[in-house]
Amino acid sequence: MGSIGSLYRSSVGKKSIMAASGLLLSLFLLTHLLGNSVSFLGRDAFNAYAEKLHSLGGLVYVFEIGLLTLFLIHIITGIILYVENLQARPARYSVNTAEGGRSWGSRTMPYTGVIIIVFIIVHLLNFHFTDKSVPVADLVRGLLSRPPLALFYIVSLLAVALHLSHGAWSLFQSIGFNHDKYNGVLLKGALAFSILVGTVFILIPVLALVSRSFLL
Amino acid sequence: MSDIHLTLKIWRQEGPDAPGRLQTYASGPISTDMSFLEMLDVLNERLTGEGEEPVAFDHDCREGICGMCGAVVNGHPHGPEKETTLCQLHMRHFKDGDTLVIEPFRARAFRIEKDLVVDRSGLDKMITAGGFVSVNTGGAPDANAIPIPQKNAEEAMDAAACIGCGACVAACPNASAMLFVAAKVSHLSLLPQGHPERARRALDMVREMDELGFGNCSNERECEAACPKGISIRNIARLNREFLKAAILSDED
Repeated sequence: MGSIGSLYRSSVGKKSIMAASGLLLSLFLLTHLLGNSVSFLGRDAFNAYAEKLHSLGGLVYVFEIGLLTLFLIHIITGIILYVENLQARPARYSVNTAEGGRSWGSRTMPYTGVIIIVFIIVHLLNFHFTDKSVPVADLVRGLLSRPPLALFYIVSLLAVALHLSHGAWSLFQSIGFNHDKYNGVLLKGALAFSILVGTVFILIPVLALVSRSFLL
Repeated sequence: MSDIHLTLKIWRQEGPDAPGRLQTYASGPISTDMSFLEMLDVLNERLTGEGEEPVAFDHDCREGICGMCGAVVNGHPHGPEKETTLCQLHMRHFKDGDTLVIEPFRARAFRIEKDLVVDRSGLDKMITAGGFVSVNTGGAPDANAIPIPQKNAEEAMDAAACIGCGACVAACPNASAMLFVAAKVSHLSLLPQGHPERARRALDMVREMDELGFGNCSNERECEAACPKGISIRNIARLNREFLKAAILSDED
């Protein structure tokens, strides 16, 4: 049959794979968001939450492999689509004017994507490939109270929010879900989701930077 | 009414492989009652009189229904007015002293033949690949023998309003032809007559679209905003649905 292979060769198939992986990554982001929110409850709760996660053992490993696979699928497919789209118009227009359909989010998708890749690498080096014996609250404070790194986190998280503002709606369109009854809700929902994700995540470096009592 | 004077920067290119460039012309007095194409006619009359090669551009009905005309004016396919073809765009929408940059539709799949004339036969090839219904000849069926919900008939008609001008491709940042393919797939899959071939149609039209070198849809919504017939991207969602259903569930390949 080879239906997955033929799906991947087609433009609509590749877009649906972008959509499906994007949806799963968004769900991961939501759980990450909930986890991070525990930090607002104080140092002990946050450390206990991290301990609990680490104690899951093999399950964490399986989850990490799955997440890495999803990211690779999303990134590689995204790059293929980007290159194909550049090739589809070899001669550019002398005057480029938007018709009113594009948003800041949609026109910057490839660029915010690249920022997110760099951010994830730095983020993993900061929190994953590091000494796990240090309590997570100290790790967060130690790293994010440094203004250059905190600023890098804030800018990167703004890119994440911008990426989501288009992606969280676009994924429904790509898998064929667009209905008069729901499209308005989906468009507003995607915007609300991106603002929520951006705000909560950015609150952590901001608090680490300005608050004397955060996670202490 | 009154006359306006414009500066026209028009893409001139002698042939498909010749290098092109923007050339600047003074329009001379242009009546605001003229259509955009009539303005080009006036320019061409003058160029011909001066022994210069007139600007080649496509046009046919000049009533906004044939899909033959089209150029990009200041970055807008068919000009800045919403839901208006270039032939139906009137010069009263421009101000005296305006500069208009007039370029052909640009896409790898649309070869420039000359000046503003592009080869859009790729759109025909996608229709040939699957944009049809196979109807056996025979006695005429009774009217209303096949019941069709009013809403479906309306939506099919909205999709069928596509005139195949290619403005969606021209407007798309990725030069994707998804709105065109989506309009045809929607038009036919909404009606019972289109059902027997719906899986085949979605697969074949998308395959042809990809092979012709059109880009991928990234849901920028520029096509919908540029379409002179106001065709909605809801049709693209329907095409995605039809395609995925056919690719994953049907026996066709």
